[in-house]
Amino acid sequence: MTANHTPQVREPLVHLSRRTEFSPLRAWGVRLAALVLGLIVCGLAAFLLIEKLQQNPGRIGDFYYAFIKGSFGTSRKLWKMLKNLSILLCIALALTPAFRMRFWNTGAEGQTLMGVLGAIAVDFYFGGKWPEALLIPVMLLAAIIFGGVWGLIPALFKARFNTNETLFTLMMNYVATFVVSYFLVIWVPSGSSSLAKLKYGKLPSVVNDYFLIILIALLLTIGLYIYLNYSKHGYEISVVGESVRTAQYVGISVPKVILRTMLLSGMLCGLTGFLIGSGLDQTITTESVGGQGFTAIMVAWMGNFNPLMMILTSGLIQILNQGAAQISQDFNVSGALPDVIVGIMLFFVIGCEFFINYQLHFRRAQSKEAVR
Amino acid sequence: MDNQLALQMRGITKRFGSVLANNHVDLDIYRGEILAVLGENGCGKTTLMNMIAGIYFPDEGQILIDGREVVIRSPKDAFEHGIGMIHQHFKLVDLFTAAENIVLGVHEEGAFSRRDVNARVTAIASKYGFSIDPEKKIYDMSVSEKQTVEIIKVLYRGADILILDEPTAVLTPQEIDRLFQVLRVMKADGKSIVIITHKLNEVLEVSDRVAILRKGEHIATVSTRDTNESELTEMMVGKKVDLDIRRSDPVDAQPRLVVTGLNLYDAEGVHVLKDISFTANGSEILGIAGIAGSGQRELLESIAGLQPLKSGEIIFHNPKKNKPVTFFHKSLRRVEELAGQHAFHDAAGNPVSFAGMKKKDIQKLVNDGQVLFNEDELINLRDKTPLQIRELGVRLSFVPEDRLGMGLVGSMGITDNMMLRSYRKGPHGLLDRKKPKALAERIIEELQVVTPGTQTPVRRLSGGNVQKVLVGREIAFTPKVLMAAYPVRGLDINSSYTIYHLLTRQKETGVAVLFVGEDLDVLLALCDRILVMNSGAVSGIVDARTATKEQLGLMMTRTDRTRKEAV
Amino acid sequence: MNIWLNFLIDSLAFGATFMYGSTGEILTEKAGHLNLGIPGIMCMGGAGGCLMLNLVGASSLPPFLIVVLGILSSAAAATLMGLIYSFLTVTLRANQNVTGLALTTFGVGLMKVIMSKLNPSVYLVTPKVYYRWPFAGRQDSLQCLGVMFFLGLIIAAAASYVLYRTKIGLHLRAVGENPATADAVGINVTRYKYLTTCIGSGIAGLGGFYYVIDYMASQEAYLSLEAFGWLSIALVIFALWRPHRTIIGSTIFGFLFSCSSFITNLSFIQVTMALKPILKMLPYVFTIVVLIVSSVRNKRENQPPESLGLPYFRENR
Repeated sequence: MTANHTPQVREPLVHLSRRTEFSPLRAWGVRLAALVLGLIVCGLAAFLLIEKLQQNPGRIGDFYYAFIKGSFGTSRKLWKMLKNLSILLCIALALTPAFRMRFWNTGAEGQTLMGVLGAIAVDFYFGGKWPEALLIPVMLLAAIIFGGVWGLIPALFKARFNTNETLFTLMMNYVATFVVSYFLVIWVPSGSSSLAKLKYGKLPSVVNDYFLIILIALLLTIGLYIYLNYSKHGYEISVVGESVRTAQYVGISVPKVILRTMLLSGMLCGLTGFLIGSGLDQTITTESVGGQGFTAIMVAWMGNFNPLMMILTSGLIQILNQGAAQISQDFNVSGALPDVIVGIMLFFVIGCEFFINYQLHFRRAQSKEAVR
Repeated sequence: MDNQLALQMRGITKRFGSVLANNHVDLDIYRGEILAVLGENGCGKTTLMNMIAGIYFPDEGQILIDGREVVIRSPKDAFEHGIGMIHQHFKLVDLFTAAENIVLGVHEEGAFSRRDVNARVTAIASKYGFSIDPEKKIYDMSVSEKQTVEIIKVLYRGADILILDEPTAVLTPQEIDRLFQVLRVMKADGKSIVIITHKLNEVLEVSDRVAILRKGEHIATVSTRDTNESELTEMMVGKKVDLDIRRSDPVDAQPRLVVTGLNLYDAEGVHVLKDISFTANGSEILGIAGIAGSGQRELLESIAGLQPLKSGEIIFHNPKKNKPVTFFHKSLRRVEELAGQHAFHDAAGNPVSFAGMKKKDIQKLVNDGQVLFNEDELINLRDKTPLQIRELGVRLSFVPEDRLGMGLVGSMGITDNMMLRSYRKGPHGLLDRKKPKALAERIIEELQVVTPGTQTPVRRLSGGNVQKVLVGREIAFTPKVLMAAYPVRGLDINSSYTIYHLLTRQKETGVAVLFVGEDLDVLLALCDRILVMNSGAVSGIVDARTATKEQLGLMMTRTDRTRKEAV
Repeated sequence: MNIWLNFLIDSLAFGATFMYGSTGEILTEKAGHLNLGIPGIMCMGGAGGCLMLNLVGASSLPPFLIVVLGILSSAAAATLMGLIYSFLTVTLRANQNVTGLALTTFGVGLMKVIMSKLNPSVYLVTPKVYYRWPFAGRQDSLQCLGVMFFLGLIIAAAASYVLYRTKIGLHLRAVGENPATADAVGINVTRYKYLTTCIGSGIAGLGGFYYVIDYMASQEAYLSLEAFGWLSIALVIFALWRPHRTIIGSTIFGFLFSCSSFITNLSFIQVTMALKPILKMLPYVFTIVVLIVSSVRNKRENQPPESLGLPYFRENR
């Protein structure tokens, strides 16, 4: 193709445009396709990482078998999955009011950990001295206060100086970690810094140890759905999130909404911390929350900040997590495998939104004809 | 030079989703001419030009330059073909200097030498009669200076075809004259100039030919000499349009909002409002004119309770009608005193006169609550939040300039946007969506808002419909003062006139209307009085029925120039 | 040499980790992308380099080649991570915060899986001496400054030069400030975003590798990389988006981190067990203070790039 001749008209190879409408059904179709594709790639990644699979490729089927076994293999595993789902969902729910306000709270990890600390501190000092009927509510209260305060501190600076909340809350996670290790040093004189399981302050078992937690998560989901969509507070949160100037224009006090919402966000994290501390562990380590505060951010985002959708997304993450954990156990690989699997899947879920929001037009072969 | 084709567009079609923005448009551009592309807002004229400038890619059609077909895939391609576009919203990096913006993206041999660039910029500027400081940062510049940078940026790249999108929208009459002079120099230099506009008088003043677009279709291209205003309008709108704003004379204009000595400093300590004083009367439209950024926005926001004032008073005269004379019943002397200041009337509105009445009878009338009078309650709005202002019973409506960033919430539907001002009503913490929904439906019907439903996010509506929703809501709450900033910006002619008529109707019901506008012709035709702002101060208030555009233009800039000369 | 000088050199050496991390992050932020995947990228940078050393560490290749191979492989692994991030956020216009967090989850996990399979006696024991060139074997504190420390200094200074003194830098800053403007003058926005994100990631990855193989040179070192990634992102604000300023900022961070171990060594201060967590908290508290101070003092030139975090789509209407 020499330059001097009439250039052949060529459109760009791919041309993009924003979709104006897209039926929800097709959107879900795209998401499902991304999920399937993600699972396949996860399988491939596992194949590369797990030597046993490489030695015997026939075992690739085993991979998916183990995957399903992880969450649905036994009723105990199923309950455990539901419990994990609930805890993750609770943290994601806690984040949602803040996110709807466009307050990028990356500090759920620390706020939840402080909740655990609040509950365990009360348990440590008063367990056995107070009746359980008093002890447990006080543990709950302490957890909520600790979490709330941890959420409120960055909000104060955001409201007053517009301090970057993403990094502030992130740093607060690490500060929380060291606060916990400080208390562990004080509580465990031996220096091992591992607190033995406390005898008191355990959330009563209804049906089984997990049922109550699952129930609370469910109630919280419904409650928050109503709060966000049908209450005046929820409306204010949406307005502030969409445009601070609009909020000022109609006389909403933006600092007040920021403080109130972050207090709520932190308190709900604290509540989750109570569920972990009192309902499950009865002890505390710096890893009590185990990164779920970060995972919850993605759960909330993928669920479009809609509490009902978030049940699905936290379910997806936990099934992946537990499936991958099963694989790492069955095939004897590092316990970090679930993170890899979840990460890969997230790439697909995040990326697929593009195909819902945009339309690709490929170069047509007979573009000349189209011109007439 | 004459009649030499520079660029041809053949059968250009562009779609956005289901919207057909351009439908098989043919257009020729000659060398050494000024071509006006005329059309209403939303007719696709900017989209069409964006396709020559490489911003959009046409779905169908060909572009020929000097008779050869070319493909313009990006702005870079456009530059290589000598095409440069000056967008309505300037594409400049605020943080950079003029020179840095001008050389941005230009690939030249050797290192980036600030001095060479400055010299070349100055050379171009003097050739066409601009003045520019290459080292000045964009964020320190006025709109007109920014436009100069944009034009030089295009010339620096050696553009032969210059497209200017609504270049006069934010300029004063004097700046427009200067711009047109520069354009004529460039035309004489053999360049092709395309101006996209919807202002007829400018088309007639500066262009050689006019291409008219309507709803994405090319209607006609005519020679400017052979046409006139009404013919162009008819082609542009598709039917005869009544361009008359029926202005009624104010009836019983009483002070409604008295502003004295307002001073405001912004967050960076800049003195943005300087000693502003004026009175807005009921039954009157007070226009506010000025170069963009002269403090119009801050003034309205100060009145609405959104700016922390340094000093000044904003007194709202809240008319209290039919107040009974009761509190003075013990002393008739006080009643007489009151009678000296106010006219009394009875419940039926008939005037009451005590002339020739016995004291006892007067006393009885007063005691029975039969003697009524009207008196304004004075409320100071200074240092009140928007919420407090409303709690004081001041019905103040505000249509801000930034419709989707301030007046409405773009992601919410019409119903939820109706609630913005009233959602707090109701005893408990839950929202009541019934009344807002009814209001939304009423506004959709009365103002003929085109929308799929009350739930559709308002962001998806067209500019005109967005504005109808916003103005509709603000009027729905029967204001005493209605402030509107640039309410017709970006609207087509019909929507604009809907808004003008709505404002006039408000004025006729006794509302004090404050109208911030940029089109001086409209200000002169619509308002009763016009307040002219000039870098944060009031440079005068004129009678709109007698003032002229040139007079306003001078008042908008005068002190600025005198100050420069003084330095 | 006196104890305080040792302390300073140790702080400098520790700080180089952050220097790489935040120089990389500054580059991506200047292109308009808030990359919260830096912790994952630094982890993968560490893993990538160690993976290569695991292959060549015990071989008979000349030390120089081993050093270069490790660095290249580390940068390559991190660049790949940057490529994933760029593809998702530039091409697919995904939300940057979420993409970054996912990348971190992925990177941290993958690093742990990889590192658990490597043999420290191969990838660590011999190579770490090579990396300490030219000061290896010295008895004083200079021994902790190696090639990668100086490389970090050069990269930070060079990045500043390119960003603020060259035309490429001008274009890049335009992309981050106002991509529509950059696009309209013919700058290839996508290419700039991709290249800077990938190069920035590569640089950040070296920070992870440096910490694991050089500064700490221990087989548990990789476990603290994630936290350093977050701190590197925070350091960007302290440096006001000027790479050469990360040198000062990272030295302060290094100083704060060294504090807890250093103070324990001082004979005149009695350090209780309970004080240690408090000392370790210092860098994070310091970061918070920096965040607050920088938000109180606002100046136009010291703001984040204007389009930071926003996806760019030319035909956005």
